[in-house]
Amino acid sequence: MKVRILVSFKDSVLDPQGQTVKNALHTMGYAAVTDVRQGKVFELDLEGATRKDAETLVPEIARRVLANPIIEKFDWEILKGR
Amino acid sequence: MKFGVVRFPGSNCDFDTVHALRDVMKRPTVMLWHKDHDLQGVDCVVLPGGFSYGDYLRAGAIARFSPLMQEVKAFARDGGRVLGICNGFQILLELGLLPGAMLRNKNLKFLCQHVHIRIEDARTDFTRAGQKGQVLRIPIAHFDGNYYAPARILKDLERDGQVVFRYCDAGGKVTAEANVNGSLAHIAGIRNKEGNVLGLMPHPERASEALLGSEDGRTIFASLILSLERRKPARRPATGKKARHD
Repeated sequence: MKVRILVSFKDSVLDPQGQTVKNALHTMGYAAVTDVRQGKVFELDLEGATRKDAETLVPEIARRVLANPIIEKFDWEILKGR
Repeated sequence: MKFGVVRFPGSNCDFDTVHALRDVMKRPTVMLWHKDHDLQGVDCVVLPGGFSYGDYLRAGAIARFSPLMQEVKAFARDGGRVLGICNGFQILLELGLLPGAMLRNKNLKFLCQHVHIRIEDARTDFTRAGQKGQVLRIPIAHFDGNYYAPARILKDLERDGQVVFRYCDAGGKVTAEANVNGSLAHIAGIRNKEGNVLGLMPHPERASEALLGSEDGRTIFASLILSLERRKPARRPATGKKARHD
């Protein structure tokens, strides 16, 4: 199974990199862009894992390592397998 | 007393820190390898600055899994003194020995410059050789030193007096301009509730000799020496004489 985990700053945390990208977009004329949040993407291959396994495993890995729960949140999805 | 400086792949202030402790402060100091399990009987563990594991994932995020860090965690839980400098501070945050997290500097620049920090509490084991309100001039060199903690944690830190150093100007005033990295509440260094673990972003080892432009960093090392040697009556400094620098 292949899963994708998206880690990004919590809404309450300022994302200076996202702000800088937003400013650049404004400079380029994309006035419609009102906010940019930047994050990290991880793709994990899980051997022999069922959907149920992934539902336990992935949030655990995200919380313990991939994201720092003090400043970051995460979302995840299954890309391949079931 | 004996210091131990932990070396990770990517540490780059390890030798500077050993030099400051061994040659300047004249205390036995050993280099500890992050893959070992033995703290070699040190009285104080120092996590030096650098870019452990290339800052991959997040600064300090991988170093916390090193075998020796499990020993450091137990050492700290038993009351052992742990000092984290820059990347060492980031590791202590990731390890959970200190509360909060580091964000990228507010201006997204790597900052390498001298700053002023104010001692907020001179009763800690890391500041007792100084005075409350004393301003130290010490360099910083970091990309991720913008201290952040949720409001609830910040409230606890302030209530319990855990903020030990704040960025200030040369006169000791806490101003917006002096807060170069954008840290919450101008925080440059905090201690844990128990008082035996401290992390700070500035590099005291880079300000321990006049040749380097400042000797102010010695205050922190001298405080640790004072705190740890005071417990052994035989080596107690002469009464009535308060050691300030060494």
